[in-house]
Amino acid sequence: MLVGAAPFGVIFGTLAIASGIPVWATLALSALVFAGSSQFVAVSLISAGVALPVLWLTTFVVNLRHALYSATLLPYARHLPARWRWLLAFWLTDETFAVVERQLRHHVGERDGAKYWLGSSLAMYLNWQLWTLVGVLVGQSVPGLASLGLDFAMVATFAAIVAPQLRQRPVLVAALVAGVVALLARSLPYKLGLMLAACAGVLAGLLAERLALQKGSP
Amino acid sequence: MTLYLVLAVAGMVAVTYGIRLSFLVFGHRLSFPAWLERALRYVPAAVLTALIVPMALAPREVIDLSVANAYFPGAVVAGAVALFTEHTLAAILSGFAAYGLWRWLF
Repeated sequence: MLVGAAPFGVIFGTLAIASGIPVWATLALSALVFAGSSQFVAVSLISAGVALPVLWLTTFVVNLRHALYSATLLPYARHLPARWRWLLAFWLTDETFAVVERQLRHHVGERDGAKYWLGSSLAMYLNWQLWTLVGVLVGQSVPGLASLGLDFAMVATFAAIVAPQLRQRPVLVAALVAGVVALLARSLPYKLGLMLAACAGVLAGLLAERLALQKGSP
Repeated sequence: MTLYLVLAVAGMVAVTYGIRLSFLVFGHRLSFPAWLERALRYVPAAVLTALIVPMALAPREVIDLSVANAYFPGAVVAGAVALFTEHTLAAILSGFAAYGLWRWLF
């Protein structure tokens, strides 16, 4: 997990600097928001200069899945003091959730669960900060990265993340619809096309899932 | 610009931390709706695809399917390698190689 996050941290840092985002803001995104995909999306939106409500709304949609993690982990955190739950919630990302949920499910009721959770969180967090910093340094030391086609890094990264998910038919439908709508709506102001495409994609995915279920049952 | 960035980051922190706190801290009074759980499964693929398709097919606002557009073949290679190898880093690097090669060729 730690190794897996490294290239994304570096690409994020480099991309943010090459897109003209200042060092402090790049580091602040990693240190305070600490949510990889929304940070990438933010780089693209901020460098396009979108209105703040659009950025915040997009962040909300992209990170809403963390609410599911929060709900799933609640049974393991119920007994913890409130200040622990406030603290652990801050680091709740995809990777932390994956590791911690598996560990706690197999070792229910052990006293050290919270320590394991905190340790994993801190490891993921420091790891992400380190690789972001490396990316920032790369971005700074190689000026003109943008002209080398660094914006392609985002395309390649996201294509590589999405492609394996497309084996599931409803996800494929969701992606196709989102892609077509995004392409058609690309000239809408405030990058609203992204939101529109995301909503259309999610609805299409749900619809495809329902149709597949109906076909499956006579 | 600085104020814009401060507000941008602050708002993102508030939204993201709020989501993460939702159930862990206030969960005793909430329950997670099943339809939302199903909908969330499609969010990453929909958002990421919506981001990259316009970049890959219309890098300069107009749809460009000519050989001058290296984004498209690069994205296809990155996606194909990820699909068949499940190796994200290899996929990104292959995509970059294809993109660079394409730009050098045309």
